[in-house]
Order: sequence, then structure tokens, then C-alpha cells
Amino acid sequence: MNEKPTDTLDRAQTPASREDTPIDLEAAFRDANVQEVLDKLDRELVGLKPVKARIREVAALLLVDRVRKGFDLTAGTPSLHMSFTGNPGTGKTTVAVRMAEILHRLGYVRKGHLVAVTRDDLVGQYIGHTAPKTKEVLKRAMGGVLFIDEAYYLYRAENERDYGQESIEILLQVMENQRDDLVVILAGYRDRMEKFFQSNPGMASRIAHHIDFPDYSLDELIEIGGLMLARDQYRFSPDAVAVFRDYLVRRMNLPHFANARSVRNALDRCRMRQAVRLFDGVRSNMTVKDLVTVTPADILASRVFKDGTLDMDKPPPRGA
Amino acid sequence: MKITQGTFSFLPDLTDEQIRAQIDYCLRNGWALNVEFTDDPHPRNTYWEMWGLPMFDLKDAAGVMLEVNACRKAYPNHYVKVNAYDSTKGRETVAISFIVNRPKKEPGFGLVRQEAPGRTIRYTIHSYATDKPEGDRY
Repeated sequence: MNEKPTDTLDRAQTPASREDTPIDLEAAFRDANVQEVLDKLDRELVGLKPVKARIREVAALLLVDRVRKGFDLTAGTPSLHMSFTGNPGTGKTTVAVRMAEILHRLGYVRKGHLVAVTRDDLVGQYIGHTAPKTKEVLKRAMGGVLFIDEAYYLYRAENERDYGQESIEILLQVMENQRDDLVVILAGYRDRMEKFFQSNPGMASRIAHHIDFPDYSLDELIEIGGLMLARDQYRFSPDAVAVFRDYLVRRMNLPHFANARSVRNALDRCRMRQAVRLFDGVRSNMTVKDLVTVTPADILASRVFKDGTLDMDKPPPRGA
Repeated sequence: MKITQGTFSFLPDLTDEQIRAQIDYCLRNGWALNVEFTDDPHPRNTYWEMWGLPMFDLKDAAGVMLEVNACRKAYPNHYVKVNAYDSTKGRETVAISFIVNRPKKEPGFGLVRQEAPGRTIRYTIHSYATDKPEGDRY
């Protein structure tokens, strides 16, 4: 943490006598246990440099605000509504959970829980159904973070009488008037979110932080795969890593590639094949090592290798 | 005459801060809350109107306060109370119920005597407010 921002801000509006009070930002930082969460974020989330940088900025702002409050330097509550844009499987939901935790530790939200919803949870099916539904969700999210996945579905340009508009209006009102009570995070694909904000300028102007989630690189995906396996107490055999890399290269060129989510699904299928291999193979002489190791054969059995198609009967609507 | 009833009937009216703290206590216990209002102050009037639907799965008092304030705004001269329902097996009842809003002027009750057979007198109370029709009482 840098102490400069506090220092210069102090000078702007305090009497000279108080200006030189030493400020232990480090202690405040330690007290809030923010470093722990940031470290955890670094450890468990591979890549996502711009996202982490942005979270750090937000944490810094809130921490400095908190210290300032200790010196009676009032600052308006900053607006922390955010939009997370990025392709599927880039960690938007995961980061939102962490964000809720960070905001809670810094005292910005009182409870720090995350309520994840989609259009279905907010918009009703008949006249007069939408407002109570949206309000109920908002009430549940108060004291925490409301995460609206695929928020652009709230607004349907082609239908003027769509109830989504009503929901957006209620959201806007609460986002403006009850900034202390909840933080709203909108998430979705980049291009469609941009279109959404263009047609809802009120929403765009109330969201201070736009965070873009980049796609993962091949190396990052492999690292993510390794972490996922380790979390489930599995590991790649030494030669399996290269095969998995090969798999990912091929998979990335197929349709419906969903970054970390595709890695997760691929690994789940590998585990299944591994289980079948152990089940059908020689059952004597098996060791714990066999139970935890994913071998090249488990990966190579994928249809991505055999005939270059996805590992399922029908391609899904999206994600994989 | 100040009407009192419910959990904190012996205390002065709760401030918003105190109401918030009580609601937080209810939520911590996992109780469902709802807001009710009436303009019939009779102590035996147990059927108050519901303000919206009961609130389940809330985490923070802000959500309930939102409804309390909305109800106060719509009915500034009604009685408004907050109830918390404990659905735990064995309880399944209102755990807390307290008044959060009251009319500025509460005219109180008169004693009504009714002649009954054999020189018997039956007594009851009658709220002066209920002389006027519902909605115009306070």
C-alpha cells in the first residue's frame, strides 16, 4: 500500500495542526484482513491480471476511506456497483463471491453474502408480478452483493411492453437510494453488455466500475486444470500434462469453448474414464497412486482426439 | 391514550435504530418477518392487514426497514407492527411482535355498559376512533 493518497487528501481540507498526524495505513490494512483475501485471490485464481488490479484499487479506496473516517474526514459513500464482462468461464461468479468477502471485510457491506440471480428471478410473468419479485430479491440481497448474471436479458429491445424494463427501473432506484445497503454486480458477455448499457444510459451512469475479464491463455488453462485436479485430490501423470495441452489446443478451436468451465468439464470426463479404466482393468495390484493419477489414456479417449467433435451426443446451446 | 401491545409494550416507542437491531436479532435466529397495519386499536383485534408478503431468507435488516418505511409512508396515521415468525418445530408461532408506528393522536377508549336481564350490567370498551369509518379514523 502507498501512503501518498491519504497524505495529499488530508492536506486539502484539514487544519495545519492535524496534518502531520502519522497514519498507520499498514495497521489498518492488517486489521481488515484484506491481504488474506487478496492473497487467496492470487493463489486460487490463475491469470486475470486486470481484474486483480481493479479489486486491489477498490480495496485501497475503501481502506483509505475507512482511515479517513477515523479522522472525521468525510467522504461520500463511493458507488461500488460493478459490471463484470467477459466470455463464459472466465471467473465472473467466482470473483463476485470474493468481492463480497472483500467488501464485507472493509465494512462496506454489512453481511457479505452473495445473491446470484438471473432474469427469471427478477421479472414476473404477468402485470404486477415483476415489482414484488424484484423487490423480494433486492431485500434478500441487502447487506450483501446482488449478482445479476446475463443482465442484458433484463432489457428486450424488440418488446416495448416487456416487464424487464419495470425491473430495471426498480433496480436503478434502489441502486441510487440505498448504496449503503447493497452492491449490484451485473455480469455478461462483453458485446451484449455494451449494447445493454447503450440502451439503458441510466444503468450505465450508475455503475462506476466496469471490469473486463480476459480469456485465459493456454498456459493459464493448464495451470487451472492442475489446480482443479489438486483440489479434488487427483494429479496428472508426468506425460499426461503434454497430452492435456494438446487436448486444450484442439478443444479451443471447437465451438462453445468456455474457458475454465470447459476445463472443468473435460477433467470431470477424464475422471470418469479413469474410473472406468480402473473398473475394467486388472483389479489386483492397485495402489493409491492409481486412484489419484490421471493418465494420457484417460485424456486421449476423448472424442476431441478421435474425430474432432465435442464429447457429447448433441452440442449444448452454449458453454461446454 | 397510548396503546401498548406485544413484545416491548412496557418500553417507550423504539427508535429506528432499535427497531433495526431487533430485526437483525430476528434474522440471526432465522425467523421470517412481516409487516402489518390497522386502524382498529381494539386489543382483541388480532386480524391486522398485511403489508405485502412475509419476508423469508433475508440477511440484513435493511430489507425489512424498507417495507416498514414504505408502510409508514402509505399509512402515517395507522398502527404498524413487525411480526417475526419462528417456524422451528415445536415453536411455529409468532416469536416477536412489536409496534413500530402509531397515530399522532390516540383518542383512547370509552366504557360501555349494557343492561342485561336481572339487573345485570355487562361492560365492554369501545374505541372512540372506531366511531368513524375505516380509513378515516385517525
